[in-house]
Amino acid sequence: MGSAMPIIRVVNLKKYFPVQQSFLERLLSRRIDYIRAVDGVSFEIEKGEVFSIAGESGCGKTTTGRLVARLIDPTEGRIYFGEREITSLKGEDLRRLRRHIQIIFQNPYASLNPRMKIGDNVGHPLEIHGLAYGEERRRLVMEMLERVGLQPASKFYNAYPHELSGGQRQRVAVARAMILKPDFIVADEPISMIDVSLRARILELMIQLKEELNLTYLFITHDLAVAKYISDRIAIMYLGKIVEMGSKEAIFSDPKHPYTEALLSAIPIPNPRVKRKRVELKGEVPSPINPPPGCIFHTRCPLAMDICQREEPELVEIEDGHLVSCHLIK
Amino acid sequence: MSQLLKIEGLSVHYYTEDGIVRAVDKVDFLMNRGETIGLVGESGSGKSTFGLAILRLVPPPGRIVGGKIIFDGTELTSLDEREMQKIRGRRISMVFQDPTTSLDPLMKVGDHLVETIMAHENVTREEAKERALKMLEQVGIRPERFGDYPHQFSGGMRQRVGIALALALNPDLVIADEPTSSLDVIVQFQILDLMKRLKELYDMGMILVTHDISIVPGIADRIALMYAGQLIELADVNSFFDEPLHPYGKALLESVPNIQFSDQKLKYILGNPPDLINPPRGCRFSPRCPYATERCRREEPPMINVGSDRLVKCFRY
Amino acid sequence: MANLTIPRMIMSGLSRLSLRRGAERLFVVAGLAIILAFVFMAILAPVIAPYDPNKTGVGRLYESPNPRFPMGTDRLGRDILSRVIWGSRIVLIVTLSSMALSSICGVILGLISGYVGGKLDTVLSLFMDSLYAFPGLILAIALAVMLGQGIMPVIVSLTVVYVPIYFRMIRGEVLSVKESLFVEAARAVGANGRTLIFKYIFPNVIPSIPIVLSLNAADAVLTLAALSFLGLGLPAHIPDWGFDLRMGYGALTAKIWWPGTFPGLMIVLLTLGFSLFGEGLAEILNPKLSRR
Repeated sequence: MGSAMPIIRVVNLKKYFPVQQSFLERLLSRRIDYIRAVDGVSFEIEKGEVFSIAGESGCGKTTTGRLVARLIDPTEGRIYFGEREITSLKGEDLRRLRRHIQIIFQNPYASLNPRMKIGDNVGHPLEIHGLAYGEERRRLVMEMLERVGLQPASKFYNAYPHELSGGQRQRVAVARAMILKPDFIVADEPISMIDVSLRARILELMIQLKEELNLTYLFITHDLAVAKYISDRIAIMYLGKIVEMGSKEAIFSDPKHPYTEALLSAIPIPNPRVKRKRVELKGEVPSPINPPPGCIFHTRCPLAMDICQREEPELVEIEDGHLVSCHLIK
Repeated sequence: MSQLLKIEGLSVHYYTEDGIVRAVDKVDFLMNRGETIGLVGESGSGKSTFGLAILRLVPPPGRIVGGKIIFDGTELTSLDEREMQKIRGRRISMVFQDPTTSLDPLMKVGDHLVETIMAHENVTREEAKERALKMLEQVGIRPERFGDYPHQFSGGMRQRVGIALALALNPDLVIADEPTSSLDVIVQFQILDLMKRLKELYDMGMILVTHDISIVPGIADRIALMYAGQLIELADVNSFFDEPLHPYGKALLESVPNIQFSDQKLKYILGNPPDLINPPRGCRFSPRCPYATERCRREEPPMINVGSDRLVKCFRY
Repeated sequence: MANLTIPRMIMSGLSRLSLRRGAERLFVVAGLAIILAFVFMAILAPVIAPYDPNKTGVGRLYESPNPRFPMGTDRLGRDILSRVIWGSRIVLIVTLSSMALSSICGVILGLISGYVGGKLDTVLSLFMDSLYAFPGLILAIALAVMLGQGIMPVIVSLTVVYVPIYFRMIRGEVLSVKESLFVEAARAVGANGRTLIFKYIFPNVIPSIPIVLSLNAADAVLTLAALSFLGLGLPAHIPDWGFDLRMGYGALTAKIWWPGTFPGLMIVLLTLGFSLFGEGLAEILNPKLSRR
């Protein structure tokens, strides 16, 4: 790890959502069930890196992203932005934090205000934070539109979101996230709703902007091939916990956790000649309301032992920067 | 005869308020018994419409406006609705993308299977139930779940039910329209594997419609690539992935992350998806093609046979 | 509940006849033309009405339509044409004011209730839902009786009847827009509550208002006519279609059709005008709404 302070540090982050109950249920039973969306997650993100959280749906990666971006409050745990703890920021302080932490959402068809022109969608953040108005604001927005490839900028400035394609709208979302020149961006599945041949363009744009604006990314994805392409480090999540974390090379060449292995073996490869070793997983993902005792993965793990049912393994560093949560490593 | 499906000049148009959307434009296609075709295209390529058209299930305001669909010697385009209903489910069936909406939420899964079987075959309810149970077992669903409702299953399990329904009557052809797009990668792998096993077991033909070119190698024999409503390349899977001929196919493969490579440089296709109401003149890919010539912009290229049953719709060959 | 069914029935019948795009524009134009015709009629009443609408005996009693009295005279010898022309004033004044008031109240309350939520929302919603549950006409009658005679009481009772409609509609839209991704994105960018309501939620909630306004107006015309028909609300000296309709109704048995028919025709025409406008607008705005 670098000697500089990490830009984001997350310690034992938890988010439990109460399960919706009917009035009668609430009356009759005192017990409230919780969905343990994020259940004790800790990691650090270095300045300038692309840190990915990868996993299947329901693993808690999106919720983690929204917690780090402070869109929702954690149930437990602490979040640090540089030296500053931002876990319970509210009101004006939280608003000022937004200048430095931005988010790009998954759905380009829903993340832009349909009643505002593109120019206003992108420029509004500048006004909100009192950074630029009028002519100056327009100039900055036009520059940004050109930068993300929406040319001629003047045509796009006056257009409305419904006139643009999905790929174009997502570039607008990127422009909006970048216009405040933030330090840190949470990208929540930014390309999963874009056509395949256009995804690379958005990824390329994000990589270039990262260099230009000296950004750090938390990249959330279910597509491990994309994670391999764009990340420096990756964390694999399952049922609210991180099961393995390490550099891209470590995860893909030397996966240690059985879940990671299964996941990697299932990724489709556009090459008919490659022979794959298939890892079979039993059963299905358990409910996040009642996660299995011990190791959360033991119900499906082909290598489960007795101890896996009783004791939850800790996330330990087995080699430089490579952490695994599994009893097998002993 | 081993030729299962022959399509000549199929055109499907949607008559919308904004104009006529030429979703499928004069497509020719051939498929043999027991073959699996990976029909690949992005949104707006016409691939889903093509699949629906074979079953004559194109929703209004869409209509088949031209061409012939010949299935095992029978011309489907000339059949009336009643005759088509005998074919659907029985000889050609469909697996849909979203198992949540294609299953009746108020019907127990087992009953749904039984009804389907009894609708097409002259069997008693007991016989149908036996077959249904066997089918569920084939797709990996435990017999105790016969009486469960769709909402009691996970997404992956629901898709297995969808597959059971599609295969219940042992059809000759299954059209799977994005069957795994809404599923996670591990479940996707399992479902594709299941489909592969079953199609081999029952010797069925399959058209796998997908936008994800990466899933094609594991399961398909041949790949059919669509762009802007037209079929632009048809090849066996090995030849295609070794060397894609059409510039679009080539560009598509170069834009897909491949975990085999460590230092991939992804390329993207410039320009925007084509307008199907006013498609580009000449070759529809020409506005975005790095090899486009004047001729490409003027004339529409024919489907050229480059040998060993490989077809490309491009002037470069 | 406040009865929008009759205008809607007219409109769905009409729209079933024409499915192509041109029809909506025709509806809007036709509706607008009718409404404006009545507006001009109301404004220019003193000029274009041939007689004083309240003056009895300008003609013989129950004269049938003739060149001097194109719509005939009523039971008091008053010119029906002049009464019809002047009658448009009160209808438009009452309808437009109550529409304006009820929409402003309903929208503001709906915005606040939907955005703030919590106990305020629960209480307000309960109140509005109870109002809404009354058949509109009964509620209007009850209020008119309680508030007594006069123009203001009629406007107030009509206003009260329609507020719940705007409230429910706006509140519903606010609730759904509030959860939408672009509002969350705006929050993520640092927008505060006020900005969110005015720049993000309100503009996305507005498009549905003009349609409801027109359809409410159509309904209000009918409700007002019903109130006057029953003799409630408006004072006797104001020429009013509903009241004339009532008076004319009695003469039908004697085959004297004109005192009732012409006011009735005006009611139907104005209702039609508002309905055409509203439904045409709905068709035009809808594709834009759904093409987001």
